[in-house]
Amino acid sequence: MIQVNNLSKKYNGISVLNIENLEIPKGQSFGLVGNNGAGKTTFFSLLLDLIQPTTGHIFNNEVQVNTSENWKPFTSSFFDESFLIGYLTPEEYFYFIGDLRGQNKADIDALLATHEEFFNGEILKNKKYLRDLSKGNQKKVGIIATLIGNPEVIILDEPFANLDPTTVSRLKKIIKELSENPNVTVLVSSHDLQHTVEVCSRIVVLNKGEIVKDIQTSKETLQELEVFFAV
Amino acid sequence: MIKHFLTLEWKAFLRSAAFGTNLALKIVLGFLAVLYSFIFLMAGIGVFYGLKESNLDPLVTVNKFLIYYFLFDLGFKFLLQKIPVMNIRPLLVLPIKKNTIVNFSLGKTALSFFNLIHFLFFLPFTIILIKEGYDVSSVLFWLAAMVSLVYINNFLNIVLSNKDNLFTIFLIVVVILGGCQYYRVFEITSYTSPFFDALYTTNWLFLIPVLILTGLYYYTFDYFKKGLYLDDGLSTKHDVAKTENLVWLNQFGTLGTFLKNDIKLIKRNKRSRTTVFMSLLFLFYGLIFFRENAHQPQLMQIFAGIFVSGGFLFTFGQFVPSWDSAYYQLMMTQNISYKEYLSSKWWLVVIATVISTILASFYLYYGWQVYLTIVVGAIYNIGVNSHLVLLGGAYTKTPIDLTTSKGAFGDKKAFNVNTMLLTLPKLLLPLLLYWAGSSIMNPDLGLVFVTIAGILGFAFRNKVFSLIEKIYKTEKYKTIDAYKQKS
Repeated sequence: MIQVNNLSKKYNGISVLNIENLEIPKGQSFGLVGNNGAGKTTFFSLLLDLIQPTTGHIFNNEVQVNTSENWKPFTSSFFDESFLIGYLTPEEYFYFIGDLRGQNKADIDALLATHEEFFNGEILKNKKYLRDLSKGNQKKVGIIATLIGNPEVIILDEPFANLDPTTVSRLKKIIKELSENPNVTVLVSSHDLQHTVEVCSRIVVLNKGEIVKDIQTSKETLQELEVFFAV
Repeated sequence: MIKHFLTLEWKAFLRSAAFGTNLALKIVLGFLAVLYSFIFLMAGIGVFYGLKESNLDPLVTVNKFLIYYFLFDLGFKFLLQKIPVMNIRPLLVLPIKKNTIVNFSLGKTALSFFNLIHFLFFLPFTIILIKEGYDVSSVLFWLAAMVSLVYINNFLNIVLSNKDNLFTIFLIVVVILGGCQYYRVFEITSYTSPFFDALYTTNWLFLIPVLILTGLYYYTFDYFKKGLYLDDGLSTKHDVAKTENLVWLNQFGTLGTFLKNDIKLIKRNKRSRTTVFMSLLFLFYGLIFFRENAHQPQLMQIFAGIFVSGGFLFTFGQFVPSWDSAYYQLMMTQNISYKEYLSSKWWLVVIATVISTILASFYLYYGWQVYLTIVVGAIYNIGVNSHLVLLGGAYTKTPIDLTTSKGAFGDKKAFNVNTMLLTLPKLLLPLLLYWAGSSIMNPDLGLVFVTIAGILGFAFRNKVFSLIEKIYKTEKYKTIDAYKQKS
């Protein structure tokens, strides 16, 4: 599904990301872990054509992302609150995304109904604009919005951060369900080794912009990662 | 401590995202500042002898009009002077006394250009008064009163900056007062000039403005200091939200989706609301030029014609991608092509221009010729300026903070000098065309020329659009990067 070749990103001559070759097959749930500054968000930004690569390119379903916009219809993503429109209510935001992804109001309502538990009664019909929601609740909105319109690639940057423990376990359930669908490729980045190991079938460790580990998840993975990150 | 604050301010100024991209604009602003300083200085030097030559008592005449001087000053301050907000939040928990923070914030406003420029008028005027044999101590007391009044305006602006619609009310009051004066119905100056005269003749009277200023400073200080809490002056106001579906827009497809969003954008954010309100004021701009006894050159008619219908285009369209700056990354990753995004904005501008043109039909009172000029202006706005505005937008990299309901000290001034400056190039071309037509034959040919330019722009719309789209694409990464930096 996603094919990365000779990808590098340099700022003022300092390399922040350098991936020679990476392939993410369709249907995989892919976890990206690493410390701050390892290049996780940089990689995702490149994948979404939000920044330009210094060298190399990324193909998303055979579409080269920095030359064509045709990856947009089947790719959805959530990074942070800059993906939310602050002056909309959560409902309006979902309908807006739905409109862009060819879903009507009924489709959206059906999707929202299945995630009522995830929202925990704090999102819908609360008479609040997105800008006035807490960080955690904003995140819930952003994450659910990525599920609109049956995307084939879902990219979530640090989805577990800022969420309360209950919501984290509910989110893990959602991601696991997604990864069971052979048509959906989920990409998740996180600092949290345990969460990532639980939901991802493959884990790539970035360190200073380089891939240092590429593991198919097994029982020993968590321990292996903990040893790697221990000082 | 002050030294620390000053370095913080200096760094904030140098490192803001707007500084690099808008350097040219800053230079123009600097030029304007010098120009106005020069005008004030010349007025300060010249007014005495000018009035003397007209056989008027300089001080009495100046005193007579001081009320308007200070009213205009206050108006300008309401409109243009930003309340300097130091980034106060991070300072609250540091070992800095609150008094220091407040004093510095207030002290900074005292050094604003909008205050200092008055010294350029009053100082030379005072010196000349003394030189011409007016009583030294009286003149100095008068000067002290004037300086106090300037600073009273300064602090009024701070205290009142939080009030909505204040400028509108203020404007209405000034217009009514000015109108009454002009038609000699009621002359406010006959009540105020004795006061200003007395500031000179009665030696102790200057104490009144000085005392008011002192009181106002303490009030502002108190107001600021009391508000230094996260849930008070520094808090964010939460509006009660209502979901609106605007179903009637669904028939326009993707365009409708964007229009829905833009309508909500305009309705729910103070900054955009103010902007649209300002654009309504443009409708009345023509009144200056189309009056029968207007002493304006014929050439300026087309200028007015373009302004009347172009209010929305100039104030809102000018900042097109910036309105979406807070969620630009979302827009760039969603299932939208640039073309759709741009054309929805284009339609928004076009719809607003058409509505303005219809609203402007009251100009028919001045005759067909006048309204025709406005319609031609609208055609030019739709055909050419709407594209120019989008083009300019590709290079507008100043993020707009929509959440201006930051509580008392937030920067809420939506209308700025930059808006006005950016409009100038869009007016020169039609002016030139109109001038060419007028000098070849008559103003009607000028109108025809401008119309042709508008229609040509409209005819090549698709061409122009793909060009603009290309520019947006090359600028995309820089824009995303600039929008990430919050002021």
